[in-house]
Amino acid sequence: MSLSGPTAQAPLTEERESAPAQAPQGRSARGREDRRIGYLLISPTFVIVAVMVVLPILWTFSLAFQQVRLLNLRQTGIFGSYSFDNFVAVLTSPGFVDALVTTLIYSVAGTACAIGLGLIAALALRHPFRGRGLVRAAMLLPYVAPVVAATFVWSTMLNPQFGLINHYGTSLLGWSEPIAFLTSSESATIFGLDLHVSNALFSVVLFEGWRSFPFAFLFLTARMQAIPETYAEAAVVDGATPTQQFRYIILPQLLPTIAVLTVLRFIWTFNNFDDIYLLTGGGAGTSVVTVRVYDYLINRGDIGAAAAQALILAAILAVLVGVYLKAFGRSEEVA
Amino acid sequence: MSRDLVERRLLAVLRPIIIVTLLVVTVFPFYYMVMLSFRPLDSVLQDPGALWPSWGEIDLDTYKEVLTPTADGGQGFLTFIKNSLLVAVGTVVLTLIVSIPGAYAVSRLEFFGRRQIGALFLGVYFFPAILLAIPLFVFFTRIGQRGTLTGLLVVYVAQVAAVSIYMLRNYFDTIPASLEEAAAIDGCTRLRAMWHVSLPLAMPAIASNALFIFMIAWNEFLFALLFLVERRDNWTVSLGLSQLAGSIEVPTTVLMGGSVILTLPIIVMFFLSERWLAGGLTAGAEKG
Repeated sequence: MSLSGPTAQAPLTEERESAPAQAPQGRSARGREDRRIGYLLISPTFVIVAVMVVLPILWTFSLAFQQVRLLNLRQTGIFGSYSFDNFVAVLTSPGFVDALVTTLIYSVAGTACAIGLGLIAALALRHPFRGRGLVRAAMLLPYVAPVVAATFVWSTMLNPQFGLINHYGTSLLGWSEPIAFLTSSESATIFGLDLHVSNALFSVVLFEGWRSFPFAFLFLTARMQAIPETYAEAAVVDGATPTQQFRYIILPQLLPTIAVLTVLRFIWTFNNFDDIYLLTGGGAGTSVVTVRVYDYLINRGDIGAAAAQALILAAILAVLVGVYLKAFGRSEEVA
Repeated sequence: MSRDLVERRLLAVLRPIIIVTLLVVTVFPFYYMVMLSFRPLDSVLQDPGALWPSWGEIDLDTYKEVLTPTADGGQGFLTFIKNSLLVAVGTVVLTLIVSIPGAYAVSRLEFFGRRQIGALFLGVYFFPAILLAIPLFVFFTRIGQRGTLTGLLVVYVAQVAAVSIYMLRNYFDTIPASLEEAAAIDGCTRLRAMWHVSLPLAMPAIASNALFIFMIAWNEFLFALLFLVERRDNWTVSLGLSQLAGSIEVPTTVLMGGSVILTLPIIVMFFLSERWLAGGLTAGAEKG
């Protein structure tokens, strides 16, 4: 769980503007007082968000159009010389398109893994049994654990020299040699099937699925509990088999939730920096755009190019989410 | 055998298998973390496949080394814990101070721009964190506050305040306004009604919100990395672990001890407050 949490609930519940009681005539003095107090109470948050979030975002635009480097930082102001140079440089730089493709593969595959696993978990834990509460709580562990600890354990487990996975892979599964899961850019294969992504990218997608499926699991479980029992009972009376029940009763009820989860997980995976930076450092075919932005900012000290790249990332994300909402939006809005 | 019967039998077998597999997949990495932290590095290298430590090799030296100050040859995690606690507790306190009144205002009071402010707070959070990181990095570098815990604290508060408002607002919405109206009839002002009527009722939500904010701040990595990396004495536990994980000099088992120290508070808090938090997680979630 990284810092800023967008409220996942927002799109799920309809914007609940609890209309404050219509102030009757003669109580307008209280209405005026309410307005005054309202501004008073909201202003600290408003100020801190405006200064620490909104202004910086606007400033990013200014930085992206200037030649700002860490070295000449002190001479740069709002009124510098503006140009599109950063954008041209970033868009034509080697590896940018690759990074974009990698980001897309990572986001789509990671989202699919997380939601797929979450769905399986939610279905498997649908019926009560002894200890279900504890199992459910355990399912949430990957999601609440600090990302640094989780990535460290994973990279230790996947380590080619003393990692557990490679130990059992070579001793039990008959791998001819240990696999460098996080540093190998060789194409990953499963059961002889070439996946056309590097081993490392495959591993970070699996990590993303592992770490984020509890989120999907929570939402889907909540939605499943809201399906009236009578639906399933009626289906049984009509002779529906378990898979038919899933296909015709449960899945249609879950689709709106899955649609919302898809948007949320896609956005967060697309913006994800921590996981890949910590697991692979962006090497071996896992260089996503966020890691490139970090590299430009810190290692090259090229603030302007970093800002331009971050803006391009945000713009692409906005377009993708916009297209998705346009295609699937309206009808499935109420989840 | 009918299709129905086949499917039922199959699922009866598959279900427990899936549950056990999922349980192993989610829990095992954490078990592995704890186990490695109790084993000396040599025996891990000799027998990497061991699923439990053998008798006699269990030792707590890893923890001793990880906690000992660097001056005495350890890794100095005690300092990191202190820094993490300072930042996390500070974030919780400051955030609640601004977000409780804010949430109350957004939930209860009709004022111009209320909807717009709500939308602004929300919209901001779908921005990539890395985009926000650039100007903040530049800004704090310029005012010379980049290596300080205070700078990090301010950034954290700004990032979580809006989420906190959103979660608390939903709770305030469920408290009947009639309670406050009754207080108003008795001559209470708005602020007094808020303080004496709604706030005590919202305590459970505030407590779970506090835990949630603490977890976010404790786990945070990107801004800690950008702001503090050059100042080892100011590292948080997350940052310290990630920085030392790259070096060859520090044994993996010692860092596993560090991982346990980083993870344990979160897991303990999580299980203590699971009922509260499960709702909070879906409400406040994460941004990668």
